[in-house]
Formats: sequence, C-alpha cells, structure tokens
Amino acid sequence: MTLWFVFALMTVAAIFAVLWPLSRRGRADSGGSEVVVYRDQLAEIDRDMASGIIGAAEADAARIEISRRLLAAADQSGRDAPVTGSLTLRRAAAIVALVGVPVIASGFYLALGSPRLGDFPLVERSRVADANQPLANLVAQVEAHLEKNPTDGRGWTVLAPVLSRLGRYDDAVRAYRNAITYAGETADRRADLGEALLGSAGGVVTADAKTEFERAVALNGDDAKANYFLGLAAEQDGRKADAAALWQKMLAKGPSDAPWRPLVQAALVRVGGTVPAGVSAPALPDGAMAAAKDMSEADRGTMIQGMVDRLATRLKTNGDDVDGWLRLVRAYLVMGERDKAISAQADARQAVANNADRLRQLNEGLKNLGLDG
Amino acid sequence: MIAESGHYALVLALALALIQSIVPIVGARWRDAALMNVARSTALAQLLFVGASFAALVTLHVTSDFSVANVYENSHSLKPLLYKITGVWGNHEGSMLLWVSILALFGGLVAAFGNNLPLSLRAHVLAVQAWVASAFYLFILITSNPFLRLANPPLEGRDLNPVLQDIGLAVHPPMLYLGYVGFSISFSFAVAALLEGKIDAAWARWVRPWTLMAWIFLTLGIAMGSYWAYYELGWGGWWFWDPVENASLMPWLAGTALLHSALVMEKRNALKVWTVLLSILTFSLSLLGTFLVRSGVLTSVHAFATDPTRGVFILLILFVFIGGSLSLYAWRAPALKQGGLFAPISREGALVLNNLLLTTACATVFIGTLYPLALEVLTGEKISVGAPFFNFTFAPLFVPLLLAVPFGPLLAWKRGDLLGAAQRLMVAGIAALVAIAVVLAWTYGGATLAPLAIGLAAFVIMGALCDLAERIALFRIPLSLSLRRARGLPRATWGTAFAHAGLGVALIGIVCETTWNSEYIGSMKPDDVAKVAGYELRLDGLNPRQGPNFREMVAQFTVTRDGDKVSVMTPSKRNFTTRGASTTEAALLTRGASQLYISLGDTSADGAIAVRIYHKPLVLMIWWGPVLMAFGGMLSLSDRRLRVGAPKPAKSAARALQAAE
Repeated sequence: MTLWFVFALMTVAAIFAVLWPLSRRGRADSGGSEVVVYRDQLAEIDRDMASGIIGAAEADAARIEISRRLLAAADQSGRDAPVTGSLTLRRAAAIVALVGVPVIASGFYLALGSPRLGDFPLVERSRVADANQPLANLVAQVEAHLEKNPTDGRGWTVLAPVLSRLGRYDDAVRAYRNAITYAGETADRRADLGEALLGSAGGVVTADAKTEFERAVALNGDDAKANYFLGLAAEQDGRKADAAALWQKMLAKGPSDAPWRPLVQAALVRVGGTVPAGVSAPALPDGAMAAAKDMSEADRGTMIQGMVDRLATRLKTNGDDVDGWLRLVRAYLVMGERDKAISAQADARQAVANNADRLRQLNEGLKNLGLDG
Repeated sequence: MIAESGHYALVLALALALIQSIVPIVGARWRDAALMNVARSTALAQLLFVGASFAALVTLHVTSDFSVANVYENSHSLKPLLYKITGVWGNHEGSMLLWVSILALFGGLVAAFGNNLPLSLRAHVLAVQAWVASAFYLFILITSNPFLRLANPPLEGRDLNPVLQDIGLAVHPPMLYLGYVGFSISFSFAVAALLEGKIDAAWARWVRPWTLMAWIFLTLGIAMGSYWAYYELGWGGWWFWDPVENASLMPWLAGTALLHSALVMEKRNALKVWTVLLSILTFSLSLLGTFLVRSGVLTSVHAFATDPTRGVFILLILFVFIGGSLSLYAWRAPALKQGGLFAPISREGALVLNNLLLTTACATVFIGTLYPLALEVLTGEKISVGAPFFNFTFAPLFVPLLLAVPFGPLLAWKRGDLLGAAQRLMVAGIAALVAIAVVLAWTYGGATLAPLAIGLAAFVIMGALCDLAERIALFRIPLSLSLRRARGLPRATWGTAFAHAGLGVALIGIVCETTWNSEYIGSMKPDDVAKVAGYELRLDGLNPRQGPNFREMVAQFTVTRDGDKVSVMTPSKRNFTTRGASTTEAALLTRGASQLYISLGDTSADGAIAVRIYHKPLVLMIWWGPVLMAFGGMLSLSDRRLRVGAPKPAKSAARALQAAE
C-alpha cells in the first residue's frame, strides 16, 4: 500500500512541475537578449583597455564593430513579436500534463514493473534464510567456506549435486570441475559434470557435455548415466539407430531391477527401437534420476509424487516459469493422470496469458508433449 | 520498495521528457512565455527523478539486493563497498542510467543557470535536450532496464567482471560520460539555432564554456582510461587504436575543433555556420561512440555488453538524431546570418587551419574505425586496422598542426602578421634545434625521427612560453613590471599556454616511451635476476594471499641499481572464484617521469613464472600532458569575462578580406 502512496506522491510532484509555470501569470520575464550581451562586451573593452590588455587603437576598432552589431540587434529585437500569453494554450498544456503524465507513467510501469515484489537486501535475506530456508542457508555457508578453502575436494563433492538440484547449473559445473581437480576423477563425477553441463545448456548435449560422458565411459564402461546421455546425444544428432543400439545394449547388460530401466525403455520407444518385454514407465526429470537410483519402487513413487506436488505448489505462487509448467504437465502425463495434466495445461495458459512470448513457448512445448495440436 | 520506486521515477522522467519535448516548442511557436517556461521546471524535475532513480540503483547495489536482476548479475555480497558502488556503472544497464543521469544534469544546469538566455532559445535548447533524453529513456526501459526483478532471488550474485574491479572504474566512465554527454549541450544549442533560424550573441556566449567543460572531462576521461588500460591489462601499452578508444578519440578531436571555432564565434562573431555544423558532428560522434561500445558490434577488450536488439535500437537513435540534425542543417543553415570577415593570415585564419587539420584527423580515425566494420557487414571479411594505419595517416596530420600551434596565439585578430609572429617565435625555434641536437648526440646512431619529434615537442612548449613572455614583455621592461603584467593577464591566456604546452609534454612522453622502451620477457625462478635499463630485479619469491573476494599469487621483486636497493615491487595475479576469472595486477615503480613495470604471466610446472618487465622512460609525461591541457581548460573556464577579440585596425582599406564562411 505504501508503495502506491509513494507512486501517487511522485506523480503529483511530476504534474506539479508542469503546472507550476503554467499557473504563473505571464511576467515580463523575457530572458536575456542580444542587446544586453553587446552592451556587456562594450563595457568589457573599457576594462581590458584600462588593465592594458589591448591598446587604444584595437579598442576603438573593437568598439566600432560591436556598436555596429548592437545597432543591428536593437533594430531586430524591435521587430520581434512580443511575448504573449494564451489561456487556451495553457489549458491545453495543463490537460496534457494532467492526463499524459499518469497515463505514460502507469502504462510503462505496469508493463515493466513488479509492484508486488518487495526489497530483498542481503541483511534481510540472511535473516529469513535462518528461519525458513535451511538448505539455501547451508549452501551459502558451504560456498563461503569453499571461497576461502578452494582446494577442499570433499566440500566441492558435497556441494555440486546440491547446486545441480537447485538448478544453479553453471555453479554446479564449476563445483564438479573443482571436485574432479581436488578429490580425484571418477566416472560418476564425470557423468554428473556432463549432466550439469547439459542442464546449463537447457537440455542439449553440447560437445563439452559429450566429452565428459565419453570420459566417464572410458573410466567405467557400465556407467548408466553416461551411457544414457551418450544415447541422448546420438538422438539429438539425428543418429536414432545409434541411440537405440546404445540403449538396447544398456538394457541387455544392466541388472533387471536397475532404477533407470523405465527411463531408458521410454527413450528407446521414442527413437523407435524395440523394447524388450517390460513396463513402459515414467520418464523422470533428469535431475531426479540420480536420486531415485537407490530407492525401492514404492519409495520412488512417493518421491515422484512429492516432487510433482512441490512443483505444482511453486507454480501456483509463481506462474511465470514456462519450463516448470511443461515439466508438470509432462509429469502428470507419464503418471497416467491425464485429467490433472489437462487442468494444469489450462492453469499454465492462464498464468502466462499476459506475456505473448511465454505463451508461444508454452504452446510449442505442449505441442511437443502431444497434448494438443 | 526502493527498487520499484527507482523504476517508477525513471518512468516519470520519461513522461516529463516527452512533455518537455513538445510543450516548449509549441510555446516558442506561439510566443507564450508560460509554455516556454515549462521547459525549465520539467528539466529540473527530470533531473530530480533520474537522480532518484540512479540513487535507488546505487542503494540496491550497496545492499546487495539480488532480487534485482542487474544487481545479481554484476554484484557479489563480498565485494568491497567501493566496487559495489562503481559496479553500478560497470555494466550495460547501469552505465546507460548514468548516461541519462548526466544528460539530465546538463539539462538541469541549463534550466537553472540559463536566466540570461533569450526565452525562446532556452525553450528550444531544453526541448532538443528532451528529445535526446526521451530516446534514451525509451532505450533503457525497453531494452536495458536495470530494475527488472527476479521472483526467487539467488543467494549470491555473479560478481563484477574482475578487470573492472579497480579504482579506474570509479573515475573513467563518469568522466568520459560527462564529456560525451556534455557535448549534447552544444548539439542542443546548434539544433535550437537551426530551428529558430538565427544565431545571436547570447548563443555564442553560451556554447563555448559548455563545450569547454565537456572537453575538459573528455580529456581527463580519455587520459584516465589510457592509464587504466596501461596498468590493468598488463600489456604495458597505453593506446591500442582499439575501436572503443577511437570512439572516444573522435569526439575529442571534433570537440577540440569545436572549442576553437566557438572561440572565434564568441570573440569575433565569425564562423557561425561552421560552429553549428561542428556542434552537430561532435555530438553525433559521441552518439556513435555510445553505439560502438554499447551495441557490442565490436569485439574488443572493452566490449562487455552484447545484445543485437540493443544494437538495432541505438542504431535507430543514431539515424534519427544524426540524420535529422544534418538534414535540418542542410535545410536551415543557408538562412543563418553570415558572420564577420577576416584575412587568411590572422588568428581566425589560424583557427580555421586548426579546424581543418583536426577534422581531417578525425575523419581518418573515423575511416580506420568504421571501414573494417563496414567491410565485415558487406563481405563478411574480417580485417583489422591497427597502429600502422593510424601512424601513417594520423601522424602526418598532427605534425603540421603542432607546427602551427605556437603561431596561432601570436597572430592578431582579423589580420595578422606571419613574419612578426615568426620573429617572436625565434627563441622557440632555437630551443627546438638545440633539443634535436642534444637528443641526436645522446642517442647517436639510434632512431632518426625521434629526435625530430622531440624537437617539435620542444617547439610547442617553448612556443607557448614565448606567447606568455611576449604578453608580459619579459626582458623588455623591468622584471617587476613584467610580473605585474603577468598577474593582470586574463586567466584564459594562461589557460591557452598550459593547454598548448600540454600537447608538447604528451608528445615527449609518447616519443620516449615508444622509442626507448626496453623490456625483459622470460621465465624466472626465485632468486633469478633480470637486468633492464640499468636496474637489477631479483625475484625473491612467490606467496599466495587471500583477498576479500579473490585469491592472489604475489611475486616479490627487489629492485637494485648499481648495488643500491631502490625498492620492492609486488606484482600479482588474482583469481576470482565467482566468475572463475583471473586478472594481472602489474607493479609500477615510478622514478621521476619514468616507470618500471612488471606483469606476471603463467607459472610453469617447474616453479618458474613468466615475467614481463618493462622500463618506460618518461612514460608518465603521456598523461601529464592531458592533465595539463585539462588544467588549462579549467583556467579558461574559470575566466568569466566576456570575450571580445579586439581586431587589428586596417592600415590600408585596399587589403582584401576573406569571407568567414
């Protein structure tokens, strides 16, 4: 409320700046004129001559020149139209100010501003963090610690997956690199680094990410994550047969209760490969796969449900996140809850309706999910 | 609330600027005093609101409010307070906000101190100022808004580019912008004169001091930037003919020409139309500079902002303002009153020569900077135009200019006596010859051009002193009388002498540094000794150290000369974890005007470190020169007398006079 009050005061001040001169009755304030300047110049010549800067002959020549200009200027100013005042014009200008200033200001501000967001300076933020955001606060502490002890490999190893899960992929990439440098190279770390690179590239297996996966496979040929993403890289390159071959090999070699099985099977279906008999089950969001690795079927179901619920709650409070909406819709679809998916889709459309760019992005994403055409 | 209030203040400033663009013009058209006076209060209110907006952004940076995207992207909570503040303009959005703040400041100054301007001229000037301001407010709000928010503020910011975490950032951009934007005043005056169709004496009286002020800031800004690049980038170079540097040099050259032609106009009422054109060109070049730096069309050491939509928007602003003002000039200039007459050999004539040479020099820089860009756009071919091009084109233009500099102040207004001036410069000529001989003898067998250049510099410096000596009749009348006359000399005269001497000083620095610079490049292990220019530098060791937001590796060198310990130098390499970037902090040891310069390279596996050591003779004179020029400018600016150039009376009426334009 205070904010709108401040805005109103500022607007009034701005309008006042325009109205004030209009309200003053036309004083004979016509400003300086050419004649005055020439008169001053004539006086200056006398002073210069008195202090010996110019000689008498030069002074005379200058005086003649300036006098000539002075006469011309006086002549000219006599012919200029006098300054007047027109009530109609002033009223028009006043209306322009009264209407224009608030309209322009609110038009731009409402389109660009975020009036509902309060300030969030560092001091306040760390206080809030203590009470409500233990994880975030912890991350900050670990980061501060690592800032001062950058060679603490264990610290980086702990921090990296957390950053990755928080969506801070760029930082996660750096953390994994440091973990590899200071805590040694393992296939898991290489694969995780590749995954973080993938996250920072918005899901595209970049050349850098691919190199990391290849290194991981070189260290451990059976590394599931690396193999899966190498398949994905092949798929993204358009080499669907290669992808299918890779994934089929994984399914054939891997343990039958491996948590990644459903994911790989779903991917295999996507590229048109033949799936060995089995369940075709949910494709988890990439980040969760690692976490879901060591869980039982029931635990995993609960975990997924919890994640989806959290996502849904977050999107209710902040609807700008197009990717989030798409993830939610996809999750409902793979969980077989088509009704919820459709209602989420409607919610998403509503949430981003006032932003054409996001709406387009959303629609494209939905089309890819095959929900509507 | 601070962030949103700052945002709203900026939007209100736009609304006020739009009103200020139209209402005063209407008022001037119908000669309504009240409407014309609207310009004044809106300009002041605009300054208030933009100032508030800028203050809000500074506050957000200082309190590390990462819910503001701009703060998150360019700040870090561990950054020292100074860099939190300077970081405000160390990024694209913030620097554009600084740009418009300064624009509003100048508008406010005209509004506050423009009482002695004719009412309609003031209304026009402020309206034109508001056009420029509106364009840039729109640019900021639409493409580079510093007040955009993040709904879920991250815990830590991404930190400022480490190269910019330096005291240089506190001084260089504000100075440069004060210069760039200061020229907007002369631009607004020029366009106002064209709109009004007349240039009166009040116009002339106003343009020169404003131009001078902008010029002083630009001079200091460029010099500061050059020194910053010298010590921060670690290459030991001070001018790279980089497009971004050229972008600031072009307005400086045009501005210097403008300064001199405005002088002729104020004192002699001549060269009016030319001054109007130069005003337009100078500010156009400032806009071009802004475009080159801010659009990211260049890939250079300075280009840290890139986004094509911004580029197109600034290009549009550029076309509208440059194209519009030049069209207006073509249309209205013929209607302007012609100015006074003068002979080719006269003070005016000398200043015309100065203008010709400076604008030509500016044109060569322009071509050298934009030709590669144009070629890349048209053919896709990437070429780089570097120092050789500029040395071959720029230098030959500056030599005659420098030769002519001492003559100018010695010539009389309206009709001068070249022979007389040459006689009075005899002392300077002799001093130049002596300097050439001494330098040649000292560096026998070395470079041949360098001694000549030193001679030229000596000529310029002595010429400036000769002018002073002439005015106070030194050695011709008793010394006490001369001193009294010296006190009585207008400060503007002293200013001219200082500024011209500054040119010579800078030239000496440039020549010495480029010709007699000695260096040692190699890798050193602890206790190794390098010998450079008579100094012995021993690497004592390498020590790691923890800074507030970086770690650094500090090398310690003990400098001795002939066995006597001179000093200890500690260059370092800093690593900034947040950005994963590193910077080189060169160590400088100043001995008189010369400097020893050490910068560190990479460490190799066997514990050796790559080291570059330079001895740069008289290098500091490169920057003392511009400082001297700026000091001269300030002296001249502080001289509030009316300027009248008293003409030399004609001896015979038969002498032909040249038209001014």
